[in-house]
Amino acid sequence: MEAELFEIQKFLSKHPPFDDLPKDALDLITQHIEISYYRAGSPVIKIGDHLQDLFVIRSGVVEVYRRKGELYNRLDTGDIFGQMGLLTNNKVIFPATATEDTLLYCIPDHVFQIMYERHDAFADFVELEDNARLRQTVSLSNEQNDLTTSKIKTLLQNEAPVIHKSETIRNAAIKMDEENVSALLVLDLDQPAHEDEEISPLIGIVTDRDLCTRVVAKGLDPNHDIASVMSTEVISLDHNAYVYEAMITMLRYNTHHLPILKDKAPIGIIEATDIVRYESQNSLLLVSSIYQQQSIEDLVLLAKQVKDSFVRLVNEDANAHMVGSAMSVIGRSFKQRLLELAEEKLGPPPVPYCFLALGSMGRDEQLIVTDQDNALILDNHFDKKKHDAYFAQLAAFVCNGLDQCGYTYCTGDIMATNPIWRMTQKEWEDCFADWIDDPNPKALLNASIFFDLDGIFGRLKWAEQLNSFIVRRARRNNRFLACLARNALNRTPPLGFFKNFVMEKDGQHNNSINLKRRGTAPLVDLIRVHALAIGSHSRNSFERLDDIIDAGILPKGKAQDLKDALEFISMVRIRHQAIDVQNEIDPDNNIEPENLSDFERRNLKDAFQILSNGQNFLKYRYQASNQFK
Amino acid sequence: MLNRLEKAMDWERIFRAKKEDSHHSLLASFYAKGLPNKDTLIEDIEFLAMDFETTGLDPAKDDIISIGIVPFQLNRVYLNQSFQWTISPRKQLNESSVVIHGITHSDLEKAPDMSEIIDALLSRMAGKVIVVHYNPIEREFLDKAIKERIGEGIVFPVIDTMYLENLIRKRFRNRLLDWLFGGSTESVRLGQSRERYGLPTYTPHHALTDAIATAELLQAQMAYHFDPKSPIKDFWI
Repeated sequence: MEAELFEIQKFLSKHPPFDDLPKDALDLITQHIEISYYRAGSPVIKIGDHLQDLFVIRSGVVEVYRRKGELYNRLDTGDIFGQMGLLTNNKVIFPATATEDTLLYCIPDHVFQIMYERHDAFADFVELEDNARLRQTVSLSNEQNDLTTSKIKTLLQNEAPVIHKSETIRNAAIKMDEENVSALLVLDLDQPAHEDEEISPLIGIVTDRDLCTRVVAKGLDPNHDIASVMSTEVISLDHNAYVYEAMITMLRYNTHHLPILKDKAPIGIIEATDIVRYESQNSLLLVSSIYQQQSIEDLVLLAKQVKDSFVRLVNEDANAHMVGSAMSVIGRSFKQRLLELAEEKLGPPPVPYCFLALGSMGRDEQLIVTDQDNALILDNHFDKKKHDAYFAQLAAFVCNGLDQCGYTYCTGDIMATNPIWRMTQKEWEDCFADWIDDPNPKALLNASIFFDLDGIFGRLKWAEQLNSFIVRRARRNNRFLACLARNALNRTPPLGFFKNFVMEKDGQHNNSINLKRRGTAPLVDLIRVHALAIGSHSRNSFERLDDIIDAGILPKGKAQDLKDALEFISMVRIRHQAIDVQNEIDPDNNIEPENLSDFERRNLKDAFQILSNGQNFLKYRYQASNQFK
Repeated sequence: MLNRLEKAMDWERIFRAKKEDSHHSLLASFYAKGLPNKDTLIEDIEFLAMDFETTGLDPAKDDIISIGIVPFQLNRVYLNQSFQWTISPRKQLNESSVVIHGITHSDLEKAPDMSEIIDALLSRMAGKVIVVHYNPIEREFLDKAIKERIGEGIVFPVIDTMYLENLIRKRFRNRLLDWLFGGSTESVRLGQSRERYGLPTYTPHHALTDAIATAELLQAQMAYHFDPKSPIKDFWI
């Protein structure tokens, strides 16, 4: 190597994919570089040209176009182009033009091929399509976190401690003592074996706390059947679930014992302490202490810890699904506690109700910069004159409390304090029937968050029933889906980044990007349309995508691409919010490109491309361009 | 087109005469390789960019200590055929020039004498059109260095990117502005000339880097100001 080419080698070694190459490979490249100057406005490669080099921009700007002339990418110092052509018969696929005076380092094809064959990282970089590169990034970051890679069965140490339902409470206590466990699974082995194997022998769970509160405190005879004091609503997980799913489940249901099933039969119990060595317990602890607060003032003080909890999760490499779930559970707990306090203050409700979370909390995708979206389902016997004053006060108590705890009022007034959003079960069904049967893009524009509803407090079953109503009605209702799809196309992603600007598809530049408005929100909208089309009961976007994959309505791999895109954009958004919190800046959803690493820019561009392709597919699949009134 | 140069040299005639007159075989074969025909189009010419680092600026007293060359054409600079030699000077380096080119005494201890590389250098120059930035350095130092070793000097045509840049600046100069501001102060040094064409900043005073920088500058000057179908005779001096 001519030491004198150091100048050029130094440049290459600062830019991917060359930065990862060993010295001898860089030497080989540097020795074979050819240099070429292009004046602003002159074409570098044209469609159909025989391509002989990989191009590295030493200085200047090059624009790459799609076949139809649409801008594909704008590149500057350190960027490369031509790799796709070199890997496909050396035909120029995307033409390129210098738009500023440009100096190019040209790496001859044979040197390119040597690098491609010998260096995996180089090959990956130049070979991968947008979606594949993002896939690699997302799975790589998941691999770095035990929570997302360890299966729950690896945590199981002992067999499931079980007891038959007809045993006495005393025998259960003796068994717990002997086996040194804090919970027993109650089985019913007398159930006839069904052919469809749908029924699990697991009928309940009893914990040492149950023995304390339900037996000793009540003075119950310990010779009663254990079945009389067990909890029948058993939250369990399949043994193939990941540790982070166990964490989310425990958070979500505020439970500390999680039976693990294999083929419907219990094979063990996971306790909160098993998870603690993976997660700092921070969010689990926070959730329990929310329920112990006795006033709004106490809750407001506690709410200050939410941001710490968030930062901690991020620093522990939690994925977007975990962060979103944990934050939603925390938000939900504040709501639940506020409702309990409201009922203490106002007395019991005159008619039953169900308090709903809408939007991001309904989807388990809440972050720290969030407003409150909520509503009330009231009993069909609700009488406005007699009962509404109570619910107005209840809503005001909860919504004001939430605002004080950092969940600001909804600017669109989608809150239970708004009389429009206090409706009876029947009225809600009519309302959704109207939205679905007679779709109108304008009316639906702000209504999309209602399709992500979740019961928080009260008659939770009503929320489930309403969800089922929606799912049944929306599925195969093509006009409604077309209308929803059309609204899902309102917000589009940018093309990518150029220098310290966000580059739009028309070549215009902006100083910053709102990653929610231009990234996660349109993805969530798009996923919702597919989910409603297949009758999915899930609300979480990742879970909806799993359902979409199972339903097979998207071309192979596309739903997984959307998952990767959502994960990556969400994580950039989450990480930058965490950085803001740590720097004691008010976090928001805006990101300035100068604060993005090259790695983030590259992957964000890939994610935006996936979103853009997904929107095009949506348009075609649901005939979203049809006319509406 | 470029103003015709003060006196167009008939390089083909000069080379024919030199070939007959040269006593030394190295020079005779250099001249025998000849030159491209004076009407050859610039876009078809094979150039060789060349740069020297020297112990000072006076060819009578100072010596060459490194030579960088890189062959190129209007659309490509070929690094795989680039070369740099470090050469031992006949007199001691002075400290101030070390500061400029960064070549130290220890670098030069093992370096060969100029006589050992004349053959290699001339064979790479032969048949090509030499491109330099500020021609007196390369021309006069090489002439003197060869004359000292083999008793006969060398002449060759060059394209001088600094000279070209001066002509280009003159052509674009606004006389009113010159009058207002007391004449042009635009620099035609290598780095500043390159900036005008959006070329990147390289660390100066390394012979090969400067040769590459000069080759890129000629590509840029041609792309901006001249027709690649002009004959070489309009440019060499």
